[in-house]
Amino acid sequence: MATQLQDTRITQSLPQGSVAWPLPPRTRPDLPNHDPATLEQYLRSAPLEEVDIADPLWWETDTNHVYFKRLRDEAPVFFTSQNSNRHRGFWNVTRWNDVMAVDTNHQVFSSEATLGGITLFDMDPDFIMPMFIAMDPPKHDVQRKAVNPIVSGQNLAGYESLIRERTQEVLDGLPRGEVFDWVDRVSIELTSRMLATLFGWPQERRRMLTYWSDISTSDPELPGNPGKEERQGILLGMLQEFTMLWNERVNAEPTGDLVSMLAHNPATRNMPPMEFMGNLVLLIVGGNDTTRNSISGGLYFLNKNPAEYDKLRANPALVENMVSEIIRYQTPLAHMRRTALQDTVLGGQLIHKGDKVVMWYVSANRDERVLDRPEEFIIDRPRARQHMSFGFGIHRCVGNRLAELQLKILWEEILKRFDKIEVVEEPERVPSAFVRGYKKMLVRIPA
Amino acid sequence: MVKIIYVEHNGARHEVNVPEGENLMEGAVQNNVPGIDGDCGGNAACATCHCYIPSEWQAVTGERSEQEDAMIELADTAKPNSRLACQIKASAAMEGMELHMPATQH
Ligand code: HEM
Ligand code: FES
Repeated sequence: MATQLQDTRITQSLPQGSVAWPLPPRTRPDLPNHDPATLEQYLRSAPLEEVDIADPLWWETDTNHVYFKRLRDEAPVFFTSQNSNRHRGFWNVTRWNDVMAVDTNHQVFSSEATLGGITLFDMDPDFIMPMFIAMDPPKHDVQRKAVNPIVSGQNLAGYESLIRERTQEVLDGLPRGEVFDWVDRVSIELTSRMLATLFGWPQERRRMLTYWSDISTSDPELPGNPGKEERQGILLGMLQEFTMLWNERVNAEPTGDLVSMLAHNPATRNMPPMEFMGNLVLLIVGGNDTTRNSISGGLYFLNKNPAEYDKLRANPALVENMVSEIIRYQTPLAHMRRTALQDTVLGGQLIHKGDKVVMWYVSANRDERVLDRPEEFIIDRPRARQHMSFGFGIHRCVGNRLAELQLKILWEEILKRFDKIEVVEEPERVPSAFVRGYKKMLVRIPA
Repeated sequence: MVKIIYVEHNGARHEVNVPEGENLMEGAVQNNVPGIDGDCGGNAACATCHCYIPSEWQAVTGERSEQEDAMIELADTAKPNSRLACQIKASAAMEGMELHMPATQH
């Protein structure tokens, strides 16, 4: 009986919007230094409640997995209260079956933007961008269906030769015998070209799309990033540019690109400006960071696992299966968040109405209870498609086929050209508990 | 064993013997029938096992569950006779049943 469960939340979770900006400073473990080995050692023995896993520290050092393993074993549904004056506290859901249970129960676990949306940190209540990833049915369903056809298998088949051409151009332009940044020259370059193609956006200005995507997921607190107001200004600038494009296309014949499709579909053609922007951001971010980081991640994993790289060279037909394994192993979005609409019980814990519930895909993808040897990168893993990285339920990634197609073409073309691409030093990682990825990765293609 | 005939969108037919009690997504995946991926492992949570049931077989395959219905509703290719293959368990009454697939699913 739910009523007999104890409230294990150490602080009461506060109502949305009650965290004042700027955020108070965060409490961090007092350690002599922050190298990965020291941090991992700390995470192995620290009291669970002392750790705020939302802290970018655990993500730029890629040490979070130590903590998640402990949560899966010791406290699979666990409330984080450390630094709750910054994030209001949140439930960590870490096992495969529990994540699945939350993701498929949209009646209880809401994605609604005004309740905070779908990331651990609430959407800025002064700047809500409504987008269908952060909506519940019925509105979610209507808007999702409007976008669905552009990323359907049939439509993608028409894009395949274009993606292949763009990929070939990028790879043929790479230097040999010289160190260069794979993230910039390949991962970003390819995804920005693809986005420009999808949106019918001018190719020569494609890096603007990358820029806006980066801004919309950037943490306004981190030094070097635009602050909260500057960020809003930049996104409004994006809206203006896309509104011009919209106005051109709404009165023209349909051109098959996304802006044109949104402008012509009765379900979306009367969207208010903020909602138009929200859905743009969704498609730009959805198709950008995630694919980009899978492109970088794949090369990194093959370098870390030379036997798998050999396997691939010996049998290029493994590419398709490998793509799914790369996406599992990378888990480009570490989590999605929901808000409980009513009191409920999950994994034996009492969740209160209004609580934040964070589904850690990155942990579910390593769950020993469901996956065989989850810590290993195995390109011919049986049933590699059964991973958590695209989520499940009504919000399951609508762009999954597109992402898979891009990665498949990339690896087919790489294998035709280069015997080996060497990662020459550890990559720099993105300091975010949401976008799990790489800022910079130096590589060399032997001359 | 129950004989199920999986029919691809292009008309290609795959005759498979599915053990009684096994769901029809598993039946396809274990026999490498193309066009059914089963990404969620049979939880009615991905719709990559979307199929159409001919009217004469609907009585033995039953009704969609609520969650199944929510997933099917989102597919471009949804029809009144759409089902998720993972939500149908093979039974003797399905001997010789045809199950049709959409062109693509995601
Ligand atoms: C490897 C690449 C990708 C990964 C890992 C990924 C991951 C995800 C995840 C985890 C979700 C939320 C699922 C949930 O809440 O259950 C999602 C939703 C979404 N993704 Fe992706 N994504 C990728 C590529 C793409 C691409 C290329 C596009 C663009 C066409 C895209 C567009 C979207 C959209 C529009 C949604 C919202 C769907 C909804 O709320 O109904 N994604 N994605
Ligand atoms: S296998 Fe995912 S819905 Fe049937």
